[in-house]
Amino acid sequence: MKRKLALMMVAAMTMASVVGCGGGSDEAAPAAAETETEAPAETEAPAETEAEAPAETEAEAEAPAASGDVIRVGFAQVGHESDWRTAATQSAQTVFSAENGYELSFVDCDNDSAAQLEAVRNFIQQDMDYIIIDPIVSTGWDAVLTECEDAGIPVVVIDRTIDDSDKYVSWVGSDFKVEGLACGEWLAAYAEAKGISEINALVIEGSTGASATIGRTEGFKEIADREGWTILDSQDGDFTEAGGQEVMESYCQSYAGQFNVVICQNDNEAYGAMTAMDAAGVTYGVDGDVIIVSFDSNKPAVQLVLDGKLNATFECNPLAAPTVDEVIKQLAAGETPEKEIYMAEAWLASEDIVSSITVNGEEQPIIHVTDEVLANRAY
Amino acid sequence: MSNIKKLTKNQLFLPIFCMFLVLCANIIYDVAHGSPFYNFFAVSVTNGMLQGRLINILNRGSEIAILAIGMTLVVSASAGTDISVGSVMSLCASVCCVLLAGAAAPQATELAVPLIVGVLGGLIIGCVCGAFNGFLVANLNIQPMVATLILWSAARAIGLLLCNDLIVYVRNDTFAVIGGYVGIIPTPIIIAVACVAITMLVLKKTAMGLYIQSVGINKKASRIAGLNSQRIIFLCYVLCGLCAGIAGIVGASRITSADSNNIGLNYELDAILAVALGGNSLGGGKFNLIGSIIGAYTIQAITTTMYNMGVSAAVTPVFKAVVVIVIVAIQAPPVRAFFKKLSAKKGVVNA
Repeated sequence: MKRKLALMMVAAMTMASVVGCGGGSDEAAPAAAETETEAPAETEAPAETEAEAPAETEAEAEAPAASGDVIRVGFAQVGHESDWRTAATQSAQTVFSAENGYELSFVDCDNDSAAQLEAVRNFIQQDMDYIIIDPIVSTGWDAVLTECEDAGIPVVVIDRTIDDSDKYVSWVGSDFKVEGLACGEWLAAYAEAKGISEINALVIEGSTGASATIGRTEGFKEIADREGWTILDSQDGDFTEAGGQEVMESYCQSYAGQFNVVICQNDNEAYGAMTAMDAAGVTYGVDGDVIIVSFDSNKPAVQLVLDGKLNATFECNPLAAPTVDEVIKQLAAGETPEKEIYMAEAWLASEDIVSSITVNGEEQPIIHVTDEVLANRAY
Repeated sequence: MSNIKKLTKNQLFLPIFCMFLVLCANIIYDVAHGSPFYNFFAVSVTNGMLQGRLINILNRGSEIAILAIGMTLVVSASAGTDISVGSVMSLCASVCCVLLAGAAAPQATELAVPLIVGVLGGLIIGCVCGAFNGFLVANLNIQPMVATLILWSAARAIGLLLCNDLIVYVRNDTFAVIGGYVGIIPTPIIIAVACVAITMLVLKKTAMGLYIQSVGINKKASRIAGLNSQRIIFLCYVLCGLCAGIAGIVGASRITSADSNNIGLNYELDAILAVALGGNSLGGGKFNLIGSIIGAYTIQAITTTMYNMGVSAAVTPVFKAVVVIVIVAIQAPPVRAFFKKLSAKKGVVNA
């Protein structure tokens, strides 16, 4: 049954790729011109088109110029559990488009790590030029990455990390601890500017064990310890709005009147916490008693920062695709990209009080959110 | 003595006793931490709304309680469980939110259609899912768990497709009322109470309750006695779907969005557990609805207790499991027989 299903899926994917080729034929000519410079680097490319020729006759008949020059990229995505993930997917689909000379095979693994391994193996069979993985779990990758290496396909890991193998070219992602540090530094500067001497913080954590949760908790705690702040409690809100709401509801009863800062480790938790505080009659935001901040910085959260309901939000950049694109260009040019690439992230605040903070000895700007900033947000 | 015996013999004694145990744990915790013993039970009106841990339990437990109604009927009539309720909740929430958001999805602040249309849409989908399950179980005689496995995996995915893989936000105050407050009382409590009251009325005032139990005890005999067993089982599943729909809409309204990935996640297990905690046999037949409802609130009481004690989320499931094992073990027939024997011996000694 499963095999049948897999066969059908393979058939469907082949169909899709054929159709994809056909659809891209209109833009094929300029795209081919662009990618021609990269062609010498890809020695396998001509061989591959020969091998696949019978299957793609239809496409070739339509677009003789297109095949052979497009860079075929396989992307095994975690799933679609949040807006953030969707933004990452959309970013990949825009960057690795036919116009840019790519042919993207996108697989949504729906948070099933076995499905993800299978997707990567499929990419190897299809002899992709590059494979992008956002690993659902951090271990169990060595075997499949060795297969990739044997097949001569470079692997780029994005977002989450792989711990038990280093057989990938680069990892592109966020430094969650820096996000936590930035949050702490901003709060320290903000409290000083506002003359708030005592900080009693409540933390609504993300899912237990997630690297984002660990990094953000560590980073914030480091500053809290340095500044002598009290972290009253730190509980798991599971990165969901319902989770944030329930945890905040409980906090409002356990620590009524004792807290003045709420740290939500993602946007959705912050939305939930706000509803809970509304119900409990706690005021928050720029004009309120409680300072509330979030991580991730999706557009609705940035809107709330603009409205003054959130004091600040710390970005976790989902747009890894442009950086991956650079890595691929470097590889094609024969260069060696860096093993760990951290993406640039923005810190957004509601009030124009703190203009910059120093994180890890590096000065970083705090962006004051205006209509213009909001309009320019990509996600 | 006879009064106590009467009390302990009551089917509801154990479920209530278990809930009492869970609540007692909080008294001990609060006293140990220097707070007054009534800390956990304090209910106040702050900001014009009822607040307090007890209110939280009643409020947050509403979804499970509503699901438990449908689950009890399904378990009783078909001697099987409907494991699709959590996914159906998610689907109904998605349908409701997509209808309400209309063209403005996934970020709506205005209702595209009147609230009642969205709610009815969600409820109808719930009934349709229930009818699908019911058809498979009642007419095609498929085992309930296998039959409902289909929607368990599919319903949530259909919801995601509808929402285009996004969280559909309906940030509207009218919609928020369902999961918010009416006056000083949280609306979900009112909805749960209404659902229980209506079901109890129908079960007690009509022969429906009797029919369901009779079909559950012996399907064939009931049919020979003149009951349409098929139709009764089918109806139970439709009602279960409807309950899932109501719970889904309440869940969506709480967060004024359709978070298809998370609404009702693993709720089917809690609903089945609620039925079991209520002292009902999962083998079908006789049932006690109030027992299931108490079971549902017991589960929520455990969760709220965890929050109260600040138990780390990583160990919460372990703690919950221990509590559940104790509760189920207390109600297990051999254990009950053991206690009976013990009390009988005591009686002999006393005499």
